[in-house]
Amino acid sequence: MNIIVCIKQVPGTTEIKIDPKTNTLVREGVKSIVNPFDTYALEEGVRLKERYGGKVTVITMGPPQAEEALRETISLGADEAILLSDRAFAGSDTWATSYVLSKAITKIANYDIVICGRQTLDGDTGQVGPELSEMLKIPFVSYVSKIEEIKDKYIRVQRMIEEGHEIIETTLPAVITVVKEINVPRLPSLRGSMKAKTAKIPVWTAADIGAEADKAGIPGSPTRVVRIFFPKREHKSEMLQGTLEEQVAKLVEQMEKII
Amino acid sequence: MTIQIDVEKCTGCGSCVPVCPFGVMELVNDRARVKEGCNLCGACVDACTFDAIKIEKAEQKVSEGYKGVWVFAEQRDGKLKSVAYELVSEGRKLANKLGTELGAVCLGHNIKDVEQLVCYGADKIYLADDPALADHNEDFYTELLLDLIRKHRPEILIAGATSMGRSFVPRVAALLYTGLTADCTGLDIDPETKLLLQTRPTFGGNVMATIMCQAKRPQMSTVRPHVFKKGTHHKERKGQIIKVDFKKEAVTARTKLVKFIEDLTEKVKLDEAEIIVSGGRGLGKPENFQILKELAEVLGAAVGSSRPPVDEGWIPYSHQVGQTGKTVCPKLYIACGISGSVQHIAGMGTSECIIAINEDPNAPIFQVATYGVVGDMFKVIPMLTEKLKRSRGLI
Amino acid sequence: MEYFLTEQQKLIKSIARRIAEERILPVRAELDEKEQFPWEIIKDIANADLFRIFIPEQYEGMGEGSFALCIAVEELSRACAGVALTYAADALGAFPLLLYASEEQKQQYLPAIASGARLTAFGLTESGAGSDAGAIKTTAKRDGDGYILNGTKQFITNGGEAEIYTVIALTDPTKGARGASAFIVEKGTPGFTFGKKEKKMGIRCSATRELVFHNCRIPRENLLSREGMGFIVTMKTLDSSRPGVGALAIGLAQGALEAAVAYARQRVQFGHPVSSIQAVQHMLANMAMELEAARALVYATAKTIDSGAKDFTEEGAMAKVFATDMAMKVTTDAVQVFGGAGYMRDYPVEKMMRDAKINQIYEGTNQVLRNVIALELLRRKGLRD
Repeated sequence: MNIIVCIKQVPGTTEIKIDPKTNTLVREGVKSIVNPFDTYALEEGVRLKERYGGKVTVITMGPPQAEEALRETISLGADEAILLSDRAFAGSDTWATSYVLSKAITKIANYDIVICGRQTLDGDTGQVGPELSEMLKIPFVSYVSKIEEIKDKYIRVQRMIEEGHEIIETTLPAVITVVKEINVPRLPSLRGSMKAKTAKIPVWTAADIGAEADKAGIPGSPTRVVRIFFPKREHKSEMLQGTLEEQVAKLVEQMEKII
Repeated sequence: MTIQIDVEKCTGCGSCVPVCPFGVMELVNDRARVKEGCNLCGACVDACTFDAIKIEKAEQKVSEGYKGVWVFAEQRDGKLKSVAYELVSEGRKLANKLGTELGAVCLGHNIKDVEQLVCYGADKIYLADDPALADHNEDFYTELLLDLIRKHRPEILIAGATSMGRSFVPRVAALLYTGLTADCTGLDIDPETKLLLQTRPTFGGNVMATIMCQAKRPQMSTVRPHVFKKGTHHKERKGQIIKVDFKKEAVTARTKLVKFIEDLTEKVKLDEAEIIVSGGRGLGKPENFQILKELAEVLGAAVGSSRPPVDEGWIPYSHQVGQTGKTVCPKLYIACGISGSVQHIAGMGTSECIIAINEDPNAPIFQVATYGVVGDMFKVIPMLTEKLKRSRGLI
Repeated sequence: MEYFLTEQQKLIKSIARRIAEERILPVRAELDEKEQFPWEIIKDIANADLFRIFIPEQYEGMGEGSFALCIAVEELSRACAGVALTYAADALGAFPLLLYASEEQKQQYLPAIASGARLTAFGLTESGAGSDAGAIKTTAKRDGDGYILNGTKQFITNGGEAEIYTVIALTDPTKGARGASAFIVEKGTPGFTFGKKEKKMGIRCSATRELVFHNCRIPRENLLSREGMGFIVTMKTLDSSRPGVGALAIGLAQGALEAAVAYARQRVQFGHPVSSIQAVQHMLANMAMELEAARALVYATAKTIDSGAKDFTEEGAMAKVFATDMAMKVTTDAVQVFGGAGYMRDYPVEKMMRDAKINQIYEGTNQVLRNVIALELLRRKGLRD
């Protein structure tokens, strides 16, 4: 099987800390990691390879330092990795990102399955998986918690939704996004780490994948961030007063603001 | 699309450097410079007191002829979800600001009480009711919604950020080549441009971003359940239910539902829970955890415990929070009948908001609580549960 | 402290550390409580290629030496000495093969050991032969084209879980120590069974069992080296494995020291953290100093072995005695720093103290090894280059 896994390199903490005195961002000590949800996608890809034979290719769209994340995937069992990097890709929203990934995947060709994590730590949208499937014009299943079987170009999976589990069957090739419940990702192996150190990771630019300039990066993104602001935070400690009814009402009021 | 720094005006004060969420601003030779990766968000423009930074956005061709606010009113097995009513209520406000109609799209089979959506503010309901849609097949849903949008051209579409919403709505957005913003916590209409202002948390909620979809249509957003409140129900309100034909043969469903297994077990894991309702020795007996479980269910929260109930065998060790249990850091931690020993606080003291309920006004837990209620938890918790159920329309 | 690790050794360290922190730490208390063999973690260690460290490249290993093995053992031990011992004892069981096996034997057994697919154990000790290893009674009688083993080995680490056993038995009881030979015996061989699993003070997740041989027939090909080489195989095997025991002790003490420091910093008494009390600071300082001295001694020994030294009996003994005595003291002191809480099984240090004791006893008791050191010392007249 030819398995493609899409990953993203993200900041290593879910929060960028705010210095309360200056109300500005603190960036020290935040290292970059492979998006945790993507490690489950990679692990599932490697397991499919071990079960059915084949190859795992990992791709990511990012700046040059995203190469580090790709090397890590090789230490975790990926056979090849490709970095999609070009100034023209910077500032892409999920549509433009999906577009770039779809052009690269089309160039790779002959793939059987594309696996993505369910969302990223920083963007959190979970939109790239489904958007990518439409651009590749192949079926899509989200929140996959188990791959039951692959046979004759059919795949049967368990899908986790709020109300329970669905068993879904679809044709390959397909795009699936996976949840944490699907597996326990392995740790890097010694031989994998040695292989990762010397692996050649090609960099594909917009020209290499035939990405049109007006469909990638900021020009290609239908959404724009128009404003960034820091919500005010105050820590207070308050013993509520009044009758129990009044206190409960106050509690509910505060709780609704938070949740 | 450019960002430009006027080196004459720039004094090298460096105020722009720390505010950049993407870390691409730097000072070189005492002047600000932009590295690769700028998203043109404008945080630096706001921060510069010398007016030295300019962002020029190329004008995009705006899609014409789109009118109306639409809500995808999600249902499951014939029952409309709460988020459908919440979004119709919010959509009504947006439609009012735009002076336009509010439409609701309902896809499924034997959907009950569809007209209630009108009572909450919808003017038109586009209803596709067909046995083939009973399985919630997303290939069918994608085609149907895409078709309807292409035919009726709403300028805004909002949907619940549920498993279903987050799975098929992006597919529709991709096919329409339009913008979709996920998990919005705020929606508003910009008074000048009449465009949708979509606000959402990023970087773990420490940074809020406002996003717009300037040229493409419809402007699409997903919103998590319970972010907006259900509005007032006007039973006399009138609206139109428009039947939509679904031609199954015209669409190829490549995915098939083989089986659905309902999930009856504990859903929210303690470690990952955003809200935790926790009980201590004050509960008195194991059966009283039920009171906390009811509150937890309304909130979608996990149930935690301090050490004494676990030692007594009232609840499994996997629920224990504290120095010898789990360390948690949820958005909201509700401590009921927990005294607040040092060992317990070691496991939850960094929670964003701590509510403590205890009969003893000197209980140490009150020193770390954001809000403290001195009272009988067997009165307070049920009161809290009921009030929350009411405000969510569950009773 | 800079110990000049190579790139590959640094990788080994970071991988072993991740296994320790992500896989061992969350379950160590439960494994100890239930005396459960850590099969899942052994799989993780195997998948990470850590069993390949001590196997030469031509047998699918990474061909690293004693120092790399010590680093891996230390990192695992920092989380749980029982898991680290399971891994280290596998190296112990493999050493006889690495040092004395024929090419055919190496081809047959080493690749499976390298992949972690099959675990090993070393069978020497008997109920009447502990420190007095020469007093073993298990016999291997030549019979046709094979040998018949009879006897019982006691306190064998990995006993029952391992598949490949290197066993020391008497081929010629009349010759005393010179009549012993080394054999490879596989689990499942008819006549080879296991006794009860021992209930221990510490390292409870490690499996310790009797090996029972009753008319157990093994083929001639399973003899390691020549008849009569048994004790030389034993001595050289134990010499090679001693730094590993030292590394286990260091890792264990490291974990205890870290726990003690963390606790002391947040435990408030008399309005101050106990880490601000000078008596406690001196205890911690002593613990840290002795730990670092032991580490340096163990590392130096390992590097001496890796340099190709022919004789390192004295160094190995010193490293083992010093590090294991240090670990007993450091873990005991760690419990003391924790105060009452340290005595409670909910906190990690009492387990570390229980785990430390055995290291002063097995692989040569610290008393016997002091004899060994003294004899070597006297032989070289106390002189050094």
